[in-house]
Amino acid sequence: MGKNLYQKVWDDHLVGPLENGQYQIFMGLHLIHEVTSPQAFGMLKDKDLKVAYPGRTFATVDHIIPTDDQSRPFSDPMAERMMAVLSDATETHGIEFFQPNSGSQGIVHVVGPELGLTQPGITICCGDSHTSTHGAFGCIALGIGTSQVRDVLASQTLAMDPLKVRRIEVTGTLSTGVTAKDVTLHIIRMLGVNGGVGYAYEYAGAVIEAMTMEARMTVCNMSIEGGARCGYINPDETTFAYLKGRERVPSGAGFDAAKRRWAGYASDPDAHYDDVVVIDGSAIEPTVTWGVTPAQALGIGERIPDPAAAEGLDQELMSDALRYMQLEADAPIAGTKIDVAFIGSCTNGRLSDFQAVADVIEGRQVASSVRAIAVPGSEKVDQAARALGLHNIFTAAGFEWRKPGCSMCLAMNPDKLVGDEVCASSSNRNFMGRQGSSTGRTILMSPIMVAAAAIQGAVADARDVFQLEQTS
Amino acid sequence: MNDLVKRSGRGVYVQGNDIDTDRIIPARFLKCVTFDELGPALFYDERFDTQDVSKGHILDAPVHQGASIMISDTNFGCGSSREHAPQALQKFGFEVIIAESFAEIFHGNCTTLGMPCLIMEKTQRKALAALVGHHPDAEFLIDLQAQSLIFANEQFSFTMKDSAREAFLTGRFDPLDELLVAKDAIQAVAARLSYSDHSG
Repeated sequence: MGKNLYQKVWDDHLVGPLENGQYQIFMGLHLIHEVTSPQAFGMLKDKDLKVAYPGRTFATVDHIIPTDDQSRPFSDPMAERMMAVLSDATETHGIEFFQPNSGSQGIVHVVGPELGLTQPGITICCGDSHTSTHGAFGCIALGIGTSQVRDVLASQTLAMDPLKVRRIEVTGTLSTGVTAKDVTLHIIRMLGVNGGVGYAYEYAGAVIEAMTMEARMTVCNMSIEGGARCGYINPDETTFAYLKGRERVPSGAGFDAAKRRWAGYASDPDAHYDDVVVIDGSAIEPTVTWGVTPAQALGIGERIPDPAAAEGLDQELMSDALRYMQLEADAPIAGTKIDVAFIGSCTNGRLSDFQAVADVIEGRQVASSVRAIAVPGSEKVDQAARALGLHNIFTAAGFEWRKPGCSMCLAMNPDKLVGDEVCASSSNRNFMGRQGSSTGRTILMSPIMVAAAAIQGAVADARDVFQLEQTS
Repeated sequence: MNDLVKRSGRGVYVQGNDIDTDRIIPARFLKCVTFDELGPALFYDERFDTQDVSKGHILDAPVHQGASIMISDTNFGCGSSREHAPQALQKFGFEVIIAESFAEIFHGNCTTLGMPCLIMEKTQRKALAALVGHHPDAEFLIDLQAQSLIFANEQFSFTMKDSAREAFLTGRFDPLDELLVAKDAIQAVAARLSYSDHSG
């Protein structure tokens, strides 16, 4: 029997077994940022340890950086302190740091792929749960805690339990107006926020194969929201074409050799899976959330579920979610008024996300009641969008075009909800308080659905708002 | 008597499925360069309103002050990988977490910090949670070796992830020293990998 990609990458990076039954796994690439990593350097210092492989760690700043005025010192003294600690640590240990205005700064999960640091067949880790994003390239990409950041800095390895692998086949073709974000929200809705615990997700099937790399990143990004430890897609010609010519990817004969090697990591046709799930992609509707977990989602044409249909604690928690969201059971989600529209984040802050929105908002206006912001995921995304004039289309429509950062996804910077504002958001988490106000409300959706909501001032079907015709 | 394998203390039940790490420690408290001050910020937005007035959360109930064992429901600690969440729990005074299931990154973080995550099936866990509500002063007696839990004269059973249990039984819950021993083997893997670093 053949091997799946997860097993191949695991075998290649296995250092050996550990006494507690775990395994020591080598990490090919380590990405760090200012929130979860500065403490790890302190831990190294306490133990008088050095960074073992500084050439395999790269740093950026994303969570705390303001998206309006990025001049130093930052207006928030604690943000400035975190930036300074990361800057000093990377300098001391000889780690490359993609600083603001370097042309390469951005959200860590946007930066790795666009520079070509993220490659098939490697192991990647970062003190950030959305590291699963990188799996789009056919690598094993793991979010880790700060003590593990310390372990990787000191040894370039992690102690790991092996995972099971679930293949999720998304068959058919997506309808017009249905995007990678809808696919991933639909998968999480079907399998639950803890359905993936103990698993790596392998996404496959015609829908996934037809996706661009940026769309694949959106899908893999949300693996963690489904409870999976990581998610990946087998590398193919789409992957190789994306990587060709990237800054940190070999060129010429080196690229050809790398491509042959990368192709070898794809799961064998007769590979074993611990579970297989088939999802009909043709049936997926534009999907939005109604509650406080990404699995509390529904198609735009559906009505909000009634807790009365559930039992016990589930019923209580559904009622709590509706109360928090100030929504009524059995009401349509379409028409829910919004106050803020946010397009950005490591889920949907790439060039194609802004292109897709620019295509439909040109000549339209954001509702006067809505505060709308567009935040490119990196300096490179910002530059490319500007070169295409996208920023002008956004600003003409009434969006603010900001500087790169995590922005309103998690509100560790000045971009926050106020009070119980409702945000139509292209980000990844609708947890209570996630966007910076303890009563703030988040409705997750795709970028074009955010754009539709921004224009209507309420949750709406982008297919109607933008008169998207079904092409087949 | 509290050591790695035998744990005791009083309990508190924090109800909820899918309690995410943003709820355990809201993002604004992540603006720090050490974990030292996180304890008071635990579950802050659930415990206090926007004027910092107590909302009467169970963690602030006088009868549960000093509790060191938390019981919750399914998928505890999902969401962000922030180690700030288990750090805040530990600094608040928790030493053991009991739930029906745990998110994996959170589970790994807890283990490395020496805080065991006990997995207890639904019926027993609900009974235990109810009992803790009735007997907030009663002491838990937990034995990780025997996988037994005694509370208010009743016996409960739990499981643990094998590697985590082994880590506590051997005292090697922090893997770093063992990882460093393999220095030569690590070098050999780095050398045999068909890709090098990307710094060039």
